[in-house]
Amino acid sequence: MNYSREFRDPAVARKLLDSITEMVAGYRQSITLMEVCGTHTMAIYQHGLRNLLPVPIRLISGPGCPVCVTPIEYVDRAVALARRRNTVIATFGDMIRVPGSSSSLLREKADGADIRIVYSPLDAVALAASLPEKEVVFLGVGFETTTPTIAGAVLTAQRQGLKNFFVLTAHKTMPAPMAALVSDPDLQVDGYLCPAHVSAVIGAQGYELLVKKYHVPCVITGFEPLDVLQGVLMLVQQVVAREARLEIQYSRIVKPQGNLKAQQLIADVFTPCDARWRGIGEIPDSGLRLRDEFAPFDAALALPVPVEEPKEHKGCLCGEILKGKVTPRDCPLFKTVCSTENPVGACMVSSEGTCAAEYKYGV
Amino acid sequence: MTSDVILLGHGSGGSLSHQLLDELIVPLLCDLAPGDQNDAAVLPPQNGRLAFTTDSYVVEPVIFPGGNIGDLAINGTVNDLAMAGARPLAISVGLILEEGLPVAELKTILGAMKEAAQKARVAIVTGDTKVVPRGKADKIFINTSGVGVIEHDLDIRGSGAQVGDKILINGTLGDHGMAVLARREGLALETDLCSDSASLNHLVDELISVCGADLHVLRDPTRGGVATTLKEIARQSQVEITLDELALPVRSEVSGVCSILGLDPLFVANEGKLLAIVAPQQAEAALAAMQMHREGSDAAIIGEVTAVADGKVRMRTSIGGVRSIEMLAGEQLPRIC
Repeated sequence: MNYSREFRDPAVARKLLDSITEMVAGYRQSITLMEVCGTHTMAIYQHGLRNLLPVPIRLISGPGCPVCVTPIEYVDRAVALARRRNTVIATFGDMIRVPGSSSSLLREKADGADIRIVYSPLDAVALAASLPEKEVVFLGVGFETTTPTIAGAVLTAQRQGLKNFFVLTAHKTMPAPMAALVSDPDLQVDGYLCPAHVSAVIGAQGYELLVKKYHVPCVITGFEPLDVLQGVLMLVQQVVAREARLEIQYSRIVKPQGNLKAQQLIADVFTPCDARWRGIGEIPDSGLRLRDEFAPFDAALALPVPVEEPKEHKGCLCGEILKGKVTPRDCPLFKTVCSTENPVGACMVSSEGTCAAEYKYGV
Repeated sequence: MTSDVILLGHGSGGSLSHQLLDELIVPLLCDLAPGDQNDAAVLPPQNGRLAFTTDSYVVEPVIFPGGNIGDLAINGTVNDLAMAGARPLAISVGLILEEGLPVAELKTILGAMKEAAQKARVAIVTGDTKVVPRGKADKIFINTSGVGVIEHDLDIRGSGAQVGDKILINGTLGDHGMAVLARREGLALETDLCSDSASLNHLVDELISVCGADLHVLRDPTRGGVATTLKEIARQSQVEITLDELALPVRSEVSGVCSILGLDPLFVANEGKLLAIVAPQQAEAALAAMQMHREGSDAAIIGEVTAVADGKVRMRTSIGGVRSIEMLAGEQLPRIC
């Protein structure tokens, strides 16, 4: 199947848009739908979907970009590790530009730190095996989509008896912040476009609480433009009918039980912990840390370094933007001080951040 | 050559330098008899304005699917001249070699330079070679400068785009950048991506003869890709350019690898592509001329100049939305998930 054609068919898009428009005709209130996945944010901007939807529907972006929600203390620690002798930082590309309190990995690289972009955590394990005289620290950032591969990398390193491979973990898990946001009295979310690939791993059960306790309609939605439009239609149908159910639009990939093998891999290596979300704060049980038996691989424990006091840029509204309370254009720094060339906040750095999307694609 | 790798002595100016020049570089690149070698090349007088350009090449890996740093360095400078509407006359080659570079690799690179120069019908007339200690360069850096003659009175420049003009490209986007990236990072992806490195001066001759004064802008979208180049043109010409996403030619391998890595083919480098902005009445003729040409079989009209504006580029998306296109900031970095 050619995804770029079948799932981008303009005639089908028109029909879906007509159905959405018909559904909200005469509906008096606004309908605010939040997506919590960076790939959704990008898909919505890249295809210009916002402007196609009828007026009452507002699409807002939540904390779905793993780079954006990683706290500044983590970046500071990664910078401190990069300055350590004989240390190699292996990371996915997005992380290297994130500004810390006083530096970034990109800056450290220019000053001579050994920082390498890898495409898979297993590449970082291979790097450690090929550089026995160095200590290789992989930056473990991401949601349940990336966590299983990092669990696999730790198990591989253990099997190979590597003593010079470490992970600096900041793993996050998904439904927790969605519940935190709907309980925020300042924020109105009428429905969630639930993440596609995270759901492929965790399955549908995780969202039951949102539906049952908070009565928020949830639709697990794919990334192609027609997926998003259909997801929006399914949510709007629920909102108008005053229902709250969990539905799976992305059924060609997501099974209700999820990916049991990936779930087991995560459970074998990681254990839930409280986690800090940049801009949102501490959310109980919303993160993952290495289980105690894997402590020798934990960079924060095994490679202690002095880390500077965290200092966020004054005026940066990333926190409010990650909660969907304001849009990038409401931020005084947007396009004045903060740009993709010179990002102040994390939402501008990551290619999947809301500010970067608005900066690059906003009309 | 007595050594199978480049030694520091090959850049000393002494006998090793002469051996490198006489046995390898001169025979492969320009074939000048020793009696004809002087401190400067002397070019005959020309009938027309002169165009002059320079570029340096530092690609890694130096040999990649579809080409190597050698043909890239010739094609790049030939194309920069061609984009000014000039016929390339002469090129200089400055080589910076890293100590330890295998002579066999240098031979491959020089051979590719000669072949590219022959295809473009341009002479390599002067050059220089330096060797730096191991670790001070990455195998080989090449600088090429070129002189060309403009044998017509057309004014082809970045500020020439006018409302109503059509935007043409001579083929698929992003082939070079993705071929190099896939090879450099050793991505275990089963693709047969190839660089599009090619000289475009013959194609430009064809466009000039078909369009004449209706050919307003020519630009090769190298680093930063088509998006960045169009943004430059929109700013220079003070217009708004609107692209049609459905019309953009992109190989499925390129869009596949880009979507896995979170890159956008619009921002990926090309080395054998040109953007031509032509008056609407000549657009179809220009397209047909491109499609007849070896370097233009996948040519397409990808957009138009839609308004007088402050340098805007927008795209009509495949499903009917609109988004803006900005310049690439820093490097395109692969995303996390």
